[in-house]
Amino acid sequence: MVNESSSLTAGAPPGAAGRSDGESSSIGRTRRRQAWLLVLPMLAVLAAIAGWPLARTLWFSLSDAQLSDMASRQFVGLANYIGETGVLRDPEWWNAVGNTLQFALVSVSLETVLGLGVALLLNHPSRLRTLLRAAVLVPWAIPTVVSAKMWTWMLHDQFGVINALLLSAGLIDHPLAFTADPDLAFPTILLVDVWKTTPFMALLILAALQMVPGDCYEAARVDGVPRWRVFFRVTLPLILPAVMVAMIFRALDALRVFDLIYVMTSNSSATKSMSIYVREQMIDFQQVGYGSASAILLVMIIALVVGCWLTFNRVRMEGK
Amino acid sequence: MCQIQLTQLQKRFGATPVLADVNLTVEEGEFCVFIGPSGCGKSTLLRIIAGLDDASAGDIVIGGRRVNDVAPARRDVAMVFQSYALYPHMTVYENMAFGLRHLKLPAAEIEQRVRRAAESLHLTALLDRKPGALSGGQRQRVAIGRAIVRKPKVFLFDEPLSNLDASLRVKTRVEIARLHRELNNTSMIYVTHDQVEAMTLADKIVLLRPLEGKSGVASVAQVGSPLELYHHPANQFVAGFIGSPAMNFLPGVVASAETARVTVRAGDALLSAAVDAAGLAAGGAVTLGVRPEHVVAGQGELVGRVVHIEHLGEHSFLYLDTALSPQPLVVKTAQGDVPLGSRMPFSLPAESLHLFHADGAAARRLRVPADAACVPA
Repeated sequence: MVNESSSLTAGAPPGAAGRSDGESSSIGRTRRRQAWLLVLPMLAVLAAIAGWPLARTLWFSLSDAQLSDMASRQFVGLANYIGETGVLRDPEWWNAVGNTLQFALVSVSLETVLGLGVALLLNHPSRLRTLLRAAVLVPWAIPTVVSAKMWTWMLHDQFGVINALLLSAGLIDHPLAFTADPDLAFPTILLVDVWKTTPFMALLILAALQMVPGDCYEAARVDGVPRWRVFFRVTLPLILPAVMVAMIFRALDALRVFDLIYVMTSNSSATKSMSIYVREQMIDFQQVGYGSASAILLVMIIALVVGCWLTFNRVRMEGK
Repeated sequence: MCQIQLTQLQKRFGATPVLADVNLTVEEGEFCVFIGPSGCGKSTLLRIIAGLDDASAGDIVIGGRRVNDVAPARRDVAMVFQSYALYPHMTVYENMAFGLRHLKLPAAEIEQRVRRAAESLHLTALLDRKPGALSGGQRQRVAIGRAIVRKPKVFLFDEPLSNLDASLRVKTRVEIARLHRELNNTSMIYVTHDQVEAMTLADKIVLLRPLEGKSGVASVAQVGSPLELYHHPANQFVAGFIGSPAMNFLPGVVASAETARVTVRAGDALLSAAVDAAGLAAGGAVTLGVRPEHVVAGQGELVGRVVHIEHLGEHSFLYLDTALSPQPLVVKTAQGDVPLGSRMPFSLPAESLHLFHADGAAARRLRVPADAACVPA
């Protein structure tokens, strides 16, 4: 009741209602309450779709739940993590962690460099630019499962067009099993991922490039500053914050990589990622408890990487 | 030697002509102002001289060298942009030094040049700041400093004061005039749409007019000293552009044309103008012009009704409804206590009147009021 009357007076002109101090603080209270009311639905949705599954996963990870019989699970504490057969003692898990980190590092680096190149080309005024900008998005727009299947066929060791091309060009003397050969599987996955996500990087970097004021370039031109110097001393520092954001987006995606590998090389341990490992434990081996533990570890590793990245970024920004 | 010569310069954007038949010489050490209404191509002309835009035809010669195909950096010009064009991530010092770093100058030389420029522009205390932490006037000075350190032969200013508030504009205007005196052999070309800046700064004013897609019109309406443009406008466009408030124009018909005195019937009055009668004959349509400051108010045989008054403190502008023209006649007067609707006598002295032929060209004025210090070239 009190709140209602204060929100009514809040709309009245300041002179009309006595003390101006009480007035402003009651406005502040009303605004805070409104803000909470506006945020509440979102918080509820988040709790339902993110909080609840995460809490459940955490709870399962402390039990010996099996997919076939979830009801009869027993609390086992941290055994799934650090027990005799815990995730942290499984070399397969560490293999998956290593693969994933390596994949994220290499693919994000390559995508950034290539994306920057493509963005610089697209930033050049040309009549084709609008068309090219749309065309470049095609790999990003195709669902990963579709493009992964497409590449699997193109890279097929007997019927694939890429082997046919390489053979007829005389670059190889026998067909390569891109997805089956343990030495080739990892680079192949990288190649396809870079093909798919470079457009994303290119577009984000292009947006950043278009924010760089054009008259800075003209000033540099009148002053005769060499182009490479303008690029490294003007363009790059100005787009760096946006590039950093784009990189962290991509790093998050890359650390969770699943669909590409699942479709192309699901049974190769050379390309097994953390997500593949989690699914294998939960579905193939029916170990919901153990799988949940590895899923929690996956989340923690991603959080750790992102935390390090953000800290590094902040230190860099403050150092300037 | 750093004369700038433009010959038969043309610029088209696609099929639209922007600049036509620009012939112009800016002498060494001269302060030349390009002025004109928006769309007249004054900034484009400056960018062509800088080398940021290419001319469609014609020659640009700087210091005796044809520079049409010379890169901006090799033209020995420095430019101050309207938006300042400072590098947002660099400090003031770095902004000024950046254009020198690739020149392989000794570090001490760069340091000295930057420090000296900063000192003369009162920027020394701000050298470690970034542009974001500066006020508009300070950014403007950094932009000028960045041009100074390069010791160019020609300074190009593209509407440098348009983003500043009124009082800072006056201050910076004085600074720029001082700068020009200090760098005594440096030519400056300055683009503005503000005629006060043009009148106060220029040795030479180049008044450009928009082509509006017409062909056969030259871009340059008149070139001359500020007072030349004020007292001897070459045509009606220049007369209407220079001066604030603008010149009053009165349509009329020539009643008689003697050698040194042309009598024109405007409305129901006969007005005589002290202009050259060459090319004029009785019955021809002409336009008379008179500046608000040259109308003698308070006495005379003509009468107008006061319909509006603008008080500026020091003086006032009266808007008089007269039989001479459909638009009210604007009159500058020292007396501001005139009631609206009252009748105000005035006169138009023959030596204050301008006369424009039907095609807009001005008839030569034979006598000008005493304050005219200059003589037509």
